[in-house]
Amino acid sequence: MSALRFTRDHEWVRLDGDFAVVGITDYAQSQLGDVVYIELPKIGHRVEKGKEAAVVESVKAASEVYAPVSGEVADINETLTADPAKVNTDPMGEGWFLKLRFDDPQELDDLMDETAYTRFVAEQH
Amino acid sequence: MRYLPLTDRDRSEMLAAIGVDSVDALFADVPSAARLEGLVDLPKAKGELEVERAITEMAARNIAAGSVPFFIGGGVYRHHIPATVDHLIQRGEFLTSYTPYQPEISQGTLQYLFEFQTQVAVLTGMEVANASLYDGATACVEAVMMANRLTRRRKAVLSGGTHPHYREVCETYARFVGFELAALDPALGDAEDLTELVGPDISCVVVQNPDFFGEIRDYSDLARACHDVGALLVVVVTEILSLGAIRPPGEMGADIVAAEGQSLGNALNFGGPHLGLFASRDKYVRQMPGRLAGQTIDADGRRGWVLTLSTREQHIRRERATSNICTNSGLCALAFTIHLGLLGETGLTRLARLNHATAVGLAERLERIPDVQLLNRAFFNEIALRLPRPAAAVVDALAEKGVLAGIPVSRLYPNRVELAEVLLVAATEMVTTTDLDRFERELKDVLS
Repeated sequence: MSALRFTRDHEWVRLDGDFAVVGITDYAQSQLGDVVYIELPKIGHRVEKGKEAAVVESVKAASEVYAPVSGEVADINETLTADPAKVNTDPMGEGWFLKLRFDDPQELDDLMDETAYTRFVAEQH
Repeated sequence: MRYLPLTDRDRSEMLAAIGVDSVDALFADVPSAARLEGLVDLPKAKGELEVERAITEMAARNIAAGSVPFFIGGGVYRHHIPATVDHLIQRGEFLTSYTPYQPEISQGTLQYLFEFQTQVAVLTGMEVANASLYDGATACVEAVMMANRLTRRRKAVLSGGTHPHYREVCETYARFVGFELAALDPALGDAEDLTELVGPDISCVVVQNPDFFGEIRDYSDLARACHDVGALLVVVVTEILSLGAIRPPGEMGADIVAAEGQSLGNALNFGGPHLGLFASRDKYVRQMPGRLAGQTIDADGRRGWVLTLSTREQHIRRERATSNICTNSGLCALAFTIHLGLLGETGLTRLARLNHATAVGLAERLERIPDVQLLNRAFFNEIALRLPRPAAAVVDALAEKGVLAGIPVSRLYPNRVELAEVLLVAATEMVTTTDLDRFERELKDVLS
């Protein structure tokens, strides 16, 4: 299954085998403005669904990035340290934050698919 | 005219609204020992002149620091403050200014804060300093919490040479914030081996230099031991003037320096307000507490200053901020900056050497007294002496003779029998040769 899911806090999660890749959505980056700093967890650190996994800081604000699913941090996008602007230019691609070895695929069930998320964002206005 | 804005009825309505019986019930959390039972016994009314007379009479019973030979240090030092400092800080633009959120109307404040930060960074040998914290003790615990965040560990080791007040502040935070603190017993000489305690679960080791007993050490090896296991070295400095003479913590490999800046430009102030100095490495700046003034250019390309990296702070980051300290000790920082600016590098070095020379003169004189033992091997302007008798009584006897002889360590460590005879004595540039001779004579007399 190669599913792309979204949270109400504007994170995206893409399944990649046993791993879940996590980032923030294009809408989130457009609301934050220029991203200047990313604080990532350590590899091996455990994160819980709905709890803080990373911090993203823009010229306007600093926000927590919550884990869409529970699991262990398997990889982090260290290139963001040197080039945090990737989150603005390619939020769903090169701007990914972290890769989780997730516990339970059923945790994805209550997340939104792309259509639902697009509708959710539209309702925010 | 009434100038109490609330009537009894207002009060009872408010209490009823929140469901509390009495105003006293709101203070239930304050321990009873700290509460005053009943009013202080004061006359109902007195004329201004009578009050002035009564207070002057009471004040005359104090021995003021400036009126006698004065050798008290222990984290607060009596230094000369040039008249220029007080004159300049009392300008309305400085005296009444508040947090400079709006750079367009705060360039003067932001510029001096930027210069202050530069001075602190240069003095401590670090890369970046903030715009100050409340005092050295809070700076110390902020350093520990910053190390906890950076290493994502929750246990700090605190050297027994750290000022006991700093240790108590750390213990209070540890208890309520929730981290572990391994605070070692006070140690004289070389009793302490901190490298043995450094492990992969430790966020940082806190040492003080010169330590509480005045001893100067090189912590380069300890810094390496910390870094080998991913821990940080925090160096506390309670006498910032010492950095005019000794190797700065940055050169020893410190990751965070937390210091008290009172010695430059600031009076004893009865123990506060004082000035917390805080410096660290560039790579850790995002986890630093407190305000940071930064240099930038305006729309016309001219140099200017702004508060920067503010997303760390509570007015933006709320409860997730790197610290709940928001307002710095701005005016004390200004006094520090003006004094250090007046001294310059040469002046600072000369002042530091003068302090050390005075302390050497003191040590030589007091060591000549039978059974008085100097406990330091290397010191700056403060020394620890072992007396043949409990130090507290000796200090009292000398006060009767008009010499303020220093701090009996038992005042801060009342339960440590082995420290009862230890006396901390400081000598700054304010101490004259006559003062030194007088101290020697009177101490000899009291001990004989």
